[in-house]
Parts: sequence; C-alpha cells; structure tokens
Amino acid sequence: MQFFLEVLINGLLSGVMYALVALGFVLVYKASGVFNFAQGAMVYLAALSVVSCMEKGAPLWLAIILAFIIMTLFGIATEKFVLRKLVNQPPITLFMATIGLAFFIEGLAPIMFGSEPRALDLGIVDEPIAAILDSWDMVISKFDLVAAGVAALLVTTLALFFQYTRIGRALRAVADDHQAALSIGIPLQHIWAIVWGIAGFVALVAGMMWGARNGVQFALTFTALKALPVLIIGGFTSVPGAIVGGLIIGASEKLAEIYLPPVMQSMFGGNFGGIEGWFPYVLALFFLLVRPEGLFGEKHIDRV
Amino acid sequence: MSKYRKSALTAAVSIALLSQGAFAAEEQFFPIVSYRIGPYGANGQSFFGGFVDYLNYVNLKENGINGVKITWEECETEYNNAKGIECYERMKDKAKLSTGPIHPMSTGISYALIDKTAADKIPMAMVGYGRTDAVDGSVFPYAFPLVTTYQMQASAIIRFIKEKEKGSLEGKKIVFLYHDSAYGKEPIVALQEEAKLNKFELTLIPVAHPGNEQGAQWLKIRQEKPDYVIFWGWGVMNQTAIKAAQKVGFPRDRMIGSWWAGSEEDTVPAGDAAKGYMSATWNVAGKDVPLIADIEKVVYGAGKGNLGDTSKIGTILYNRGVSAAVLSVEAIRKAQEKYGEGKAMSGEQVRWGLENLNITDARLKEIGATNLLPEIKTSCDNHEGSGKIKIQQWDGEKWVVVSDWIEGNKTLIHPLFKISAQQYAKEKGITPRDCAKEM
Amino acid sequence: MLYREAGQFKTSYAADQQLFPIRQDRMGILILLAVVFLVIPGVASEYWFSAILIPFLIFSLAALGLNILTGYAGQLSLGSAAFMAVGAYAAYNFQLRIDGIPILVSFVCAGLTAAGVGILFGLPSLWIKGFYLAVATLAAQFFIVWCLTKFPWFSNHSSSGVISAQQLIIFGYEFASPQEKYLLVLSIVVVMALAAKNMVRSSTGRAWMAVRDMDVAASVIGIRLMPTKLLAFAVSSFYCGVAGALYAFCYLGSVEPDGFSLDMSFRILFMIIIGGVGSILGSFLGAAFILLLPIFLDIALPWAAGLLGLPFSNATVSHIQVLIFGALIMFFLIVEPHGLARLWQITKEKLRLWPFPH
Repeated sequence: MQFFLEVLINGLLSGVMYALVALGFVLVYKASGVFNFAQGAMVYLAALSVVSCMEKGAPLWLAIILAFIIMTLFGIATEKFVLRKLVNQPPITLFMATIGLAFFIEGLAPIMFGSEPRALDLGIVDEPIAAILDSWDMVISKFDLVAAGVAALLVTTLALFFQYTRIGRALRAVADDHQAALSIGIPLQHIWAIVWGIAGFVALVAGMMWGARNGVQFALTFTALKALPVLIIGGFTSVPGAIVGGLIIGASEKLAEIYLPPVMQSMFGGNFGGIEGWFPYVLALFFLLVRPEGLFGEKHIDRV
Repeated sequence: MSKYRKSALTAAVSIALLSQGAFAAEEQFFPIVSYRIGPYGANGQSFFGGFVDYLNYVNLKENGINGVKITWEECETEYNNAKGIECYERMKDKAKLSTGPIHPMSTGISYALIDKTAADKIPMAMVGYGRTDAVDGSVFPYAFPLVTTYQMQASAIIRFIKEKEKGSLEGKKIVFLYHDSAYGKEPIVALQEEAKLNKFELTLIPVAHPGNEQGAQWLKIRQEKPDYVIFWGWGVMNQTAIKAAQKVGFPRDRMIGSWWAGSEEDTVPAGDAAKGYMSATWNVAGKDVPLIADIEKVVYGAGKGNLGDTSKIGTILYNRGVSAAVLSVEAIRKAQEKYGEGKAMSGEQVRWGLENLNITDARLKEIGATNLLPEIKTSCDNHEGSGKIKIQQWDGEKWVVVSDWIEGNKTLIHPLFKISAQQYAKEKGITPRDCAKEM
Repeated sequence: MLYREAGQFKTSYAADQQLFPIRQDRMGILILLAVVFLVIPGVASEYWFSAILIPFLIFSLAALGLNILTGYAGQLSLGSAAFMAVGAYAAYNFQLRIDGIPILVSFVCAGLTAAGVGILFGLPSLWIKGFYLAVATLAAQFFIVWCLTKFPWFSNHSSSGVISAQQLIIFGYEFASPQEKYLLVLSIVVVMALAAKNMVRSSTGRAWMAVRDMDVAASVIGIRLMPTKLLAFAVSSFYCGVAGALYAFCYLGSVEPDGFSLDMSFRILFMIIIGGVGSILGSFLGAAFILLLPIFLDIALPWAAGLLGLPFSNATVSHIQVLIFGALIMFFLIVEPHGLARLWQITKEKLRLWPFPH
C-alpha cells in the first residue's frame, strides 16, 4: 500500500511536468485553432537559449529574460511570416506548417547555440526529501515539488492574465469567435502574435524544468509526445484540462508500468515492461469513448 | 576567341589534367556513413570527428598509408536505417575500387547493411555494436564486430562486479535496465547464462524509447533493492537514468553502464548526479595518450581539424572514433603487407586484413596509442579479436579508469554466437566457410 | 491546343466511363508506363534503383494508402508506419510458417492482415474526429510497434527482434538484383495505383468524399457511416501493409520494429500534403519531393559551401539541411496549399489554350 502511494505521488508529480508542455499546445489552439506541433521544438529552443546565455556568463535571471525575449521575437516572426500567410487554410495545412516549423527550429537552434547535451543547474537538487524518507520511507523529490509549485504559479498567472487584463479579455474573445472579435475591433494579428509570445513563455518554463531534470539536448523535442495524450484527456481548449489531464496521465502511467507487466507476464510469459510509450495513448482513447471532446473540451455541434 | 575565353579554356584543361594526375597516384577511399544531427547527433559529432581527424593525421604525418593517400566522403544518415542504405548505395560504386571498412555506428544500419556489404564485397566494421553473432566469421565473412560485443561486455561487467564482491555473487541481486530495442536486448542471453553460472538473481527492466521518463522503473528498482544496476542506455535515456537514480537515492557507484552509456555526452548533462557513476569502455579518454595529443598538434595545427568545437578532443567518443580509425588503417596496412605495399586495397583485400589483424601492445606503442585500446588478434572464427573492456568512473569532471582490461567469459559466450550464426546461415541459405582452410 | 478535349466524342457508356477519358491522358500514361518499364531498367544505375527508385515507389504506395484515408475519406492518421510494420512482419511470418506459400500470396495476406488491424484501430473514428482522431491513431503507432517488439513470436524468437526477409522467388525465378526488384515493385505499385484510381471514382469513393466533406450531411443522404469509414481504414491499411512488406523484402532486407517509427509516419503524411491531399498523382509527386529533397540538399549543400568557401563544419551543414527542409515545407504550404498535384492541374488548364490564349 505504501509503495502504491509512493508510485501514485511520484506519478502525479511527473504528470505536472507533462502538463507544463501541454499548456503551450492549449494556449495556441484555444486562441488560433492551430495545433502547434512545434511546441516540443520550442521547448528545446527555449532551454538551449537559457543554457547558452548562462554559458556566456549571464546569471540565471538575466538568462531567463534574454531567453524570453528570444522566444517572443520568435513567436512574433512565426506569426508574421508563416501563419498570417496561411489564414483561411484548412487546419491540416496549418498543422503541417507547424511541423515544418519544428524542423526549422531543430535545424536553427543547434546552429545558434551548439548541439552538445548540457546540464542546466537551477540550484535545486533532484534528491529525495530526507524528512519524508526517514519518517515514511517514501521517496519524494524536492525538485518535483518545486516543479509543481512553478506549474501552479504559471496557471494562476495565466488565469489572472486572461481574467483581468485587457489583452487577456481580448484573447478570450478571439478564442470564442474570430469573426465576432474582429467585428468589434480586436486586432486579430496582434493578438495572435501575443499568443505565440505566451506560448514561447510557457515553452521556456517547460524547457527549464525538463532541461534541469534530464539535461538540455535534442531529446527535449520528444516531450511533445508526452503532452499529446494529456491534450486528448483534458481537451484541446482547456487550461485546467491540461493540468488535470497531466495528473491523470502521470499517475496512471506510472501505476500501469509497475502493476500491468507482471499481469501480462503471467498471461503470456516473457517480459512486458516499457509500456509507457503507448499506455497514455490507449488510456486517452478510452477516455474518448466516454467524452469525445476530452474532459474539459467544448462540445462540438455540427450544423449541416 | 577572346582572350578571357582562351585563358578559361586553358584553366579548364589544366584542371582536368591535374585531376587526372592526382587520380594516377594511389588513393585509399573511405566511405563514411555518419550522423551529426538528430537525437544522437552530439555523439556522432565526437565519434566521426575523431575518425576523420585520424585519417587526416595519417595523411599529414606519414603521407598516407605507406604512401597511399586516404580520401573519404561523408554522408549524413541521421541514425536512420533507410538513409543509411541510401548513403551506402551512393558511395558504393566509388568503394568498389578501394575501400576502408564502413563504420555505421548504429546497430540498426549495420543490420540493414549486413547482406549488402557481403554481396558487394565491402567490409563492415561494427566496433562494439551491431550484429554480434558476426563474431563467427565463417558465416559473416564481411562483417567484423571488432574488439568486443554486447554479450562479452556484459559478461566482463559481471566479472568486474564479482571481483568487487570478493569472488562470489551468490545470492546477490542485479537489475538489468535496458533500452527496449535490438541494442538493449542483445546482452540478455549472456546475462541469463551468467546468472545461472554465478547464482545471482537477475531482474530485467525495459525502458521504452526514447527513455526520457523513467520514474516507474526506478521506483521498482528502489523496491527491489538490488546490489547493482547494469544499464544499457543510449542518448537521453542515460542522463535520465542517472538523474532518476539520484531521485530515488540509488547510489550511482553501484550503477554500471555499457560503453554507449559512458561518455561525457551522458554524464555532463546529468551534472553532479553523475558523480561516482561507472561504465564499461573499450578505449580510454583523455589527451594524455600521446597519439591524441599529437593529432591535436598536427591536424588542428594545420587547420584541418574536423571538429567545430575543439573541447571535444580527448573525450571518450572522440578517442573511440580515433581508435576505430586506427583499427581500419591497421587493417589496410596488414592487407598491404600481403597484397603489395603502396597500393590501394580493394574491399576483398581489406577484408583479409581485418581478419588477420594482430595489433600488439608494442604496435600500439609505436603509433602512440599506448593503452588507448586493448590488444587485438582476429581470425576467421573470431572476428571479435579481443573481448576486453575497462571500467571507468566519472569523478564529476572526467572519466577515470578504475580497472585493468577485463575479458568476458569467452567459453560461455562464444558458443552462443556460433548457434545464432548457424541459424542465420540456415535461414539465408549460406554455406559457412571452412575456417580451417583459411589459415 | 496541346491538351484539348474538344472533338473527342464519347459514343458508348464504356468510353464515357473509362479511367482516363481524355485521349492525351491515355497516351501520356502509356508513354509513362513504357518509359518506367522499358527505358529506365536499361539506363538507371544500381544506385538509382536501390537508393531512389525502389524507396520512391514503396513510399508512393504508402502515401497512396494514407491519401485514400485522409485525402478521400477525411480521416487524419498518424499511424501509417505502424501499418507498414504489420505488413512487413506479417509477410515474413506467412513465408516462414506456411510451407511453399508463393511470395505474392503472402504479400496479399500481409495486406489483409494490415487491413484487419486497420479496421480495429479505425473503430474510434466512429465517434471522434479531427485532431482527436489523429492523436488516437498515435496509439496504433506506439502500440503496434511495442507488440512487435514484445512478442518474440513475431520475429521468430530472434534475440534482437530484427527480422531478415526471405528470398524473393516467384515461379521459381529469384528476384535478386536491384533491377529485378525494381520491376517487381513497379508492377505491384502500378496495379495498385490503377486500382485506387478506379476505386475513388466508384460509389465507394464518392461515399468517402461525402463523408470527408461533412459526415453528418453524408449520413443524412443515406450513406452508412460505419461501413464507409471502416472500409477506408481497411483499404488504406491494406495499401500501407503491402508497402511495408515491399519495404522489408525489396528495399531494406532486414527490419526491426523501431524502424517503423513515428518519424516515418510523419514523412508519409508530408508526402500527401506536399503532393496534394485527395489526389492519386499527388501521392507520387509528394513521395518524390520528400525523398529527393534531402538527398539533393545532402549533395548540394556541402558543394555550395565549398564553392563559396564558407567555413562550415559538417555538423553545421547537416543542421542547415534540416532547417532548409523545414523552411521549404512552410514555403510550399504558403505558395501552394493544395500541393504539387494542384500545380499540375493548373499546368493542364494552361496547356488547354496554349500557345493561343485569349
């Protein structure tokens, strides 16, 4: 039971990490209807810029600001040179364009900042908290708790931003209905540039957390694959959905990895570990059986 | 005809003549299928940087192999099997005249090339990776898993642990954590045999590709409380494992990685967590090997270095690239002894050279590669030639060698190759050569 | 002028319903077939056969499969590579386990196996759509590859999970050289492409397109959604499965499950989008573009860098390749979102009047 709890808590905490990446997808999809496959590559670019700025001697806070500027500029450029030209194209074309964008970043980032894997030290050691280890014999990492705190802070900030600022309200209006927003005088293109800037910021936070956890390297682009099932469960358009989805995926994936393979082994013989690749996707599929728009997604009504 | 046109024409003619002149001199061509981008690009950059630097070094220092200049062409595979084939096919025609061994540096690509290289008579060296049953040269004449294989390596690691545990592993618990692919699964057979022999308990825990999330696996390891974790990772899986070990408080000095999990590219990104982590290796790191220092002086001094980032010189993978190139050049030297010094060697001739390698410590000292790699002696029924590794430990800054050369249990492992190779021969309808006649 | 259908009168239903109703098209196809069957085998080098033409044909077939599903039936899929894997492993096992089964029969069986698996993973399409479905097909991608890795039966208990394709023998004749393999692949691809062309204009194809354009409306006019969608999945997977079998037997020779990665699925998706969604021709154009572009960049860039004397390291050149590849995809989408096939259509319309425009 105690081991079960340990797995559950650790799973929830790694779910937070997935949610961080998923948030970026949600923001862009909500505001512009683009399924931005380049989010993983943006995570990589953001983490790389932080690390390189620090290598050049900048302190952490400055590196983060510089990286934020880079990501914002990048977001604006993307909107201006790619997405603006693809207005009114079907979603699949936009999706493809973001895959092209992902390739572009994967080529550009190493040219700008070098490609060798590097460590990112945020000053938080990823070690079990001694007090909990001693009293309950349970491993809970300090770093994971910090990551959870950061995620909570990020979501709160975003919520406040959307709720109480002018731009935030404009963003929500655009997300509800592009045409209506345009007709009441909201400048769509500025708004999209801002959305991409925010997506860059979220990528920066995710990149720093993942980079500090596993090292800054090309494989950061794979984090996107962890975020996709989170999106399905939470719904493409819901910020709280991304968080809840992340927690569900994280916890169930870890529990499944521990408890499912022995069952399969007794059924078929052989070794069945390593199910983390597909399990979240299959789980997400079962969620779709019940709710085709995800847990928090908006109900889609077809009109003929 | 205007003056300019005339001079242009003369220039063109003279260039044509010149290139013809260059062609007349003997040249040894090396087809290099490399990768420098993608998830494993950083590893490839160091390895192929070292490889090309050594070829350049031989050209600069000794004017080629006995006067035969080395030329090469590179093709980017992105660690992708299909692209590997395309690259191979592109360079094949050139390689038919003279060729150095191909080093795909990828188990997947070497599997895809194994039949093609045999048909085209181009030797392929898989130094420490690839199809391991190719140790049996009677079935695989053109494939050389040189120096050591995954199985022999696993066996040597067990031997190292056994020595550390004062000669007995009875009742110990060892976890094998592996990348769930051809690469990670190869050593399982060897470990199972060792477990039977040494009576230790073996637990297999696979990690799904790419391995950037290992929370569950390490919680399981924590629950199992093994004495050691043997670890077969690649790319991002390595740093993640080291970090995850720290996260659950597993001591890193009880983790021993394979040689793909033991380079600076793996430990540096893990930061302090990697301190004490051990791994196997078949070549040592550092610039204190005279050859490496000399390459830096000669090649980079002449401005012909292949690396953009010179800080990689002397890293594990760089030195491994140099070692792989040393083996290739030595094989060509050997072939020249038999088929004529100062001549370019064809694939068939280089194959003979690879099969009759005999690199002693004395020879290694001669080229300045003292202790860079183990002694190697190959033959028709042993394409591996050594089976020895060293264990190294990360001290937070660099790799420190902590053991002498350790040989795996040959009598236990080599028969496994034989069985597997025979099965392959049967499936493919190959009649094995008679190795007794090859001497 | 060159491409004018005026004056070509159809006097029977058969003539009106033929696959290529315009005479110029018919002639064009015949000339093309003559070239690929008779001329190319004589002039192409081994490199062209085994590194470009064979993979081009195989990927065209896979792209064709995906195009049937995505372009005609409107169901976005990111799992094509997994269905290719099913085909490859199925063909291997049919050859291995059934004595004396002809190789072509095992290819067909491989396609059918893939079709079965395709139907299974197509079931979610009945209640979800769009990107939700796309991500759901990723489940197929990862789950199938995992199964092939995990159950040693599929790879005949090889310790590494890698399978080596058996020899290609048809009626006692062994297809061993790249040239022979090319002809074999070509014949299969031509037959299947013509079949696809025929299928998409049949009532099935029209039902697919109705579902693609709006499935609610389609069901209102009496198209049964379930069989239509599932049939699209089955046919698409059949094509991918055969492509996978050819990939293993005629191209790589030995494959491992990990080779059929998500990356490959994406490449097939690129092919149909660059080539033209909902176009048979587009599948071929797209496959050519996606396969040839990296090879072209691989050769051209180092050459250009050398020519201009740019001090690029090899790593930088490789990175620039990726960058240009991404940039070109975006560029093509901006310039011609309907793909290369659309360009061809525009050309044809121009040719109708050329050289005497109004």
